[in-house]
Amino acid sequence: MSISDFLRGSPDGVDVSGPKIVCSFDLGGLTINLTETIVLSWGIILVVTLLLLWLTSDLKTKDISKKQAVAEWAVKTVYGLVEDTMGKRWRWFAPYIGALFTFSILGSLISMLGLRSVTADFNVPLTWALITFVLIHGTNIKTHGFGGYLKGYVDPVPVMLPINILSEIATPVSMSLRHFGNVVSGMVITSLLYYALSVITAKIGVAFMTIGIPAVMSLYFDLFSGFMQAFIFIMLTMVYISNADGNAET
Amino acid sequence: METNNVDYTELSRAIVLGASALGAGTAMIAGIGPGIGEGYAVGKACESIGRQPESSGAVTRTMFIGCAVAESTGIYGLLVALLLMFANPFINKVSG
Repeated sequence: MSISDFLRGSPDGVDVSGPKIVCSFDLGGLTINLTETIVLSWGIILVVTLLLLWLTSDLKTKDISKKQAVAEWAVKTVYGLVEDTMGKRWRWFAPYIGALFTFSILGSLISMLGLRSVTADFNVPLTWALITFVLIHGTNIKTHGFGGYLKGYVDPVPVMLPINILSEIATPVSMSLRHFGNVVSGMVITSLLYYALSVITAKIGVAFMTIGIPAVMSLYFDLFSGFMQAFIFIMLTMVYISNADGNAET
Repeated sequence: METNNVDYTELSRAIVLGASALGAGTAMIAGIGPGIGEGYAVGKACESIGRQPESSGAVTRTMFIGCAVAESTGIYGLLVALLLMFANPFINKVSG
């Protein structure tokens, strides 16, 4: 429901549907739909690129400016987190984790501007979870060799083979569904709340209850939930990959 | 022999919608699990902070991560309930 409907207090019902298609291309029989998700994702990429270009302009060694301090703090936090979780060997992995975290949290927080969260489209968390899946198995093969990787499935008893396969499949499914489910249920609950408040407003006629209450509720549903889910996603990615690596040295 | 062509479309739609409503309510029973599990985890976290107050930062962070992972089965139940309420996949199969 739109902002004007909400403020006027005209309840039209809750509309929970997928992302709208902005336009469609037809490439030789194959239809490519340009959805809201793609447009907003490119918007986020553009904003983050400009922000980073601004943050890293004018770098000095001594007498640093405030924005350089912010940039250094951000880099130090991400690298520190990756080193703490995965060990020093995986220090090179930090840029991917930083990019994933930024994209995830900005994609969820966009819903506070009234747009549809990027992560509320199941394609987005599914893609990230599948990337993690490929990374896990690639790391496993790289560390243990292909024979060792296959032997890991019948470890410790050959009867465990179906259970091991199932738990490998469950990893990307649960990661993507957890992220998607949290964001979508937050979106549905927020729109139900708006609908309920606008029904009350239509009865009373004065829009006094529609200001303030949704903002407080959206602190939990949008801000906290989005941040926690992004953090959990990157922590699980790092933990699974370092488990597949196996070597517990630095 | 005359056969009466009775139109069962309305009845089928009604049955599907009623059963979906029941299913949506039943799916939310999945909310019991995370409630009990996370309550227990938070209790253990409070205990360990009481025993060693300087570890409260690490304990709190680990507790949050564990709670968010344990929450996922409850979210699956909520997802099924929301699907049945708002994007019912069964209703298109009966409308004739």
